[in-house]
Amino acid sequence: MIDFTLSDEQMALKEMVRKFVEKEIVPVAKHHDETKEFPHEVIKKAWELGIMNVAVPQKFGGLGLGVFDDVLISEELGAGCLGMTTSICVNTLAIYPILLYGTDKQIEQFVTPLLKEPKLASFCLTEPGAGSDAAGLSTQAREDGDHFIVNGSKMWITNAGHASLFTVFCTVNKELKQKGIICLAIPADAPGISLGKAEDKLGQRASDTRAIQFENVRVPKSHLIGKMGEGFKVALRTLDRTRTPIAAGAVGAARAALGHSIRYSKERKQFNQPIANFQAIQFMLADMSTKVEAARLLCYQAGWCLDNGKEVEGAYFSAHAKRFAADMAMEVAIEAVQIFGGYGYTKEYPVEKIMRDVKLVQIYEGTSQVQRMVIARHILKD
Amino acid sequence: MNIFVLLKQVPDTESKIRISPDRNNIEKNDFKWIISPYDEFALEEALRTKEALKAGTVTVLTVGPDRAVEALRTALAMGADNAMHVKTESDNLDTFLVSRALAEVLKKENPDFILTGKQAVDDDQAAVFGYVAEFLNVPSVSGAIKYEVAPDRKSVKAYKEVEGGAKHVIEMPFPCLVAFTKGLNTPRYASLPGIMKAKKKEIKGATLADLGLASIEPTVKDSDYQLPPERQAGKKIPGDGATQARELVRLLREEAKVI
Repeated sequence: MIDFTLSDEQMALKEMVRKFVEKEIVPVAKHHDETKEFPHEVIKKAWELGIMNVAVPQKFGGLGLGVFDDVLISEELGAGCLGMTTSICVNTLAIYPILLYGTDKQIEQFVTPLLKEPKLASFCLTEPGAGSDAAGLSTQAREDGDHFIVNGSKMWITNAGHASLFTVFCTVNKELKQKGIICLAIPADAPGISLGKAEDKLGQRASDTRAIQFENVRVPKSHLIGKMGEGFKVALRTLDRTRTPIAAGAVGAARAALGHSIRYSKERKQFNQPIANFQAIQFMLADMSTKVEAARLLCYQAGWCLDNGKEVEGAYFSAHAKRFAADMAMEVAIEAVQIFGGYGYTKEYPVEKIMRDVKLVQIYEGTSQVQRMVIARHILKD
Repeated sequence: MNIFVLLKQVPDTESKIRISPDRNNIEKNDFKWIISPYDEFALEEALRTKEALKAGTVTVLTVGPDRAVEALRTALAMGADNAMHVKTESDNLDTFLVSRALAEVLKKENPDFILTGKQAVDDDQAAVFGYVAEFLNVPSVSGAIKYEVAPDRKSVKAYKEVEGGAKHVIEMPFPCLVAFTKGLNTPRYASLPGIMKAKKKEIKGATLADLGLASIEPTVKDSDYQLPPERQAGKKIPGDGATQARELVRLLREEAKVI
């Protein structure tokens, strides 16, 4: 009954993305890491290949792919450059609220343009004072006739400097806590929006990360995604779907670190033989490999649950997948640098970049600690 | 315009070659398989022609074992309209038999224009295009880098590069065959929508028996494979510059015998 084989299309999809990563991402990853230059060209090519916005249903001109297929795409992208993976995949995060809770008209208004041109969208939940405690957000949406007036600021927003659309979580009344939260689709050029400078990050430097200020931004009520007070649920159900592909990106990065380590340890000679002959190195490689394989299976299981209507299990396994994949990728990357020794600590070799890149996966889209809270809540429930 | 592209599925050029114990074949189990790159250039040109003319169909055709279907699926995902597969038990047919099979299919399908690679990158025989053109009694040119279809769509001009950077232009009436070398194009990726669409396209299958070729035995048999000798380690000449130069010249003259 359990079957781990991928379909022919899934194999072809993986192969296609792998080829794209080898030819278009790997050769430029170092450049974008060093310069922090935004990878417009790579994103445009990814869009042309159809690997962005894959969740858009067929009736709106998309492919209607599920979380599982997204996991396959993310792992391959992650093996090339995690920063670019984040920038390429963030459209899906930004549009899921609209796909899940928007009306057909809203999908056509906000999502369809992303299929016609390589445009970007950003998901705006986190604030300077509301990270893990997302429900404590304070960006305010005040009703004014047939408009909302939005005031406040968002923090760590991926692709903010290049996006045409923001899905923004605001509160109509902070005292209502979660029940006061709404989701609004706001065009990036709406008057009153200003962007912070691009953050100078440790890793994932190819992705653009900024703060956004909203100052008396007028948003028509027709831009409300879902019902009044439903915003927090919109955010959580979205994150349940995107957490697993994020985890898969980390699996890809760890896979790449392992691959580099295997090749290097066969070439590097000490004591007159390749270091791969030493049990010390062999055991490190074996453990790294087990971690990668186990994390991938958790991603597959979470993706499968979500695609098969098992929402509760999907949320549970996606927390496991994200927590485990992020932490294991960090461990694997650190081991990779160790295997490379002094060379690994230099920018001449690719493993230090992976180490810097994967650190962010333990932090964004729910820290490893928040994922543990979700898991604990689930297993302690009566 | 009815365009046919002849493809061969070959091992990825980065595959590690291991010879089978009986030495008359290569171990193929661990290979990653791809469309032979010259055939891929031909496919890309065919797709561009169809897009430029906004008319016609591109059909990909291959002869090979079951796994060759993957190459056809990739071609469909890149944008080919139809695919045909002559299924064989063995993957060691000689070029004559493969060409006969291709020609039998092509006779029934009446293509206007046939494109393929000048050779496959596995055995590099460069034989199939010529056999096929001969069996079909159509003109052919090999080593083309590009072509132009005439406005009346009745002929084609194929461009070859010859020694010294000169160009050689050959005009042929349809039906005809052009065999590509590494061209000017960069073959496209199979897009994700292309992969999804390819799933719904049918691959027409036939066997050698269906083509009336069951009784033909390959005339060429592989008898012995040998790997090249392992490369010797390089030599380091010690001493100061003058000593090194003297020793280098001596070695080039006496050992390498190149000066």
